[in-house]
Amino acid sequence: MPGCERAAPVGGPRADRQPRPVRDGIGLGLAVGVSGVAFGAAAVSSGLTVWQSCALSVLAFTGASQFALAGVIASGGSLLAGTAGAILLGSRNTLYGLRLAEVLRPRGLRRVPVALGVIDETTAITLAQPDPAAATKAFTTTFWCLYLTWNLATLGGALGAGRIGSPQAFGLDVVGPAAFLALIWPRLKSGRTERLVALAGVALALATTTVLPVGVPVILAATAALAGALAAPAAEGSPEVADCTSPEDPAK
Amino acid sequence: MTATWIAVLATAAGCYVLKLAGLTVPQRILAGPRVRRFAELVPVALLAALSAVQAATNGQAFDVDPARLAGLGAAVVALALRAPFLVVIVTAAATAAALRAAGVS
Repeated sequence: MPGCERAAPVGGPRADRQPRPVRDGIGLGLAVGVSGVAFGAAAVSSGLTVWQSCALSVLAFTGASQFALAGVIASGGSLLAGTAGAILLGSRNTLYGLRLAEVLRPRGLRRVPVALGVIDETTAITLAQPDPAAATKAFTTTFWCLYLTWNLATLGGALGAGRIGSPQAFGLDVVGPAAFLALIWPRLKSGRTERLVALAGVALALATTTVLPVGVPVILAATAALAGALAAPAAEGSPEVADCTSPEDPAK
Repeated sequence: MTATWIAVLATAAGCYVLKLAGLTVPQRILAGPRVRRFAELVPVALLAALSAVQAATNGQAFDVDPARLAGLGAAVVALALRAPFLVVIVTAAATAAALRAAGVS
């Protein structure tokens, strides 16, 4: 899904085989895009309408933020807190944009469509290519294939969930929590700082649940990320990029 | 326009502007190691917190639902077995649904 989290050096496993930017892009786009079904179903069971769910996939197009907003709405939280949390989750895309700008070099108005496609998966596959021409092909193919699949899947999931009388009877209330866990699972395995930050985030959010407005405890969890960043900043050089192209990736 | 629509459109606009900023803003402003690490760790902290809050609370109260927690537990098992994303989700939902059908609530 747009938002899969995979920390791995880009380019490693594929360096010794022929790059196939178009084929790989289509494969990744289809494989990840179908997860839009889960978002559509979760969004509608949260209380969003079918069109609101689709609008998020069309316009926001970043899975974690979309799930987060739906989650806060499901728990009856403040819309302001839900929106703030969702936007905060989108901040990593800014860093992906920085890396992609070096390779794709979009100029002027060309940045407007390119920006929509700046997500975990497109960044991973683009940075794995050996030259700028292949990188541009990989980005364009992955973006369009994933965008179309993700949006069609969202519509399908939203329409499907809308026909179900009781979302709980189908276990749809556990889709959100399971999706969040699946998204961060590779990160949790990648380092001790990640696990400590996750635990601290959970503790902060649960400890303040009964005293703060719904949605705010989750935003408070960002202070755990701040503490982690101050205690263990990134090494100089190439930043970690979510690599959704490796075979063991759970989101594929 | 309903408040929910405003939240949907504000989220979309905010997410888009953050993406565009990366393509537009000069490298040096956002390239510091602490800023980068923060952006990497934000999803870890927020998504872990969201998962816990949605699994164990309802509004401002704790809400222990055995079927839901069992579903999340099944997701952990599926993840440990390296199941693909959709398999993890379906396993979690099916576990909760099966337990509820069996009378666990």
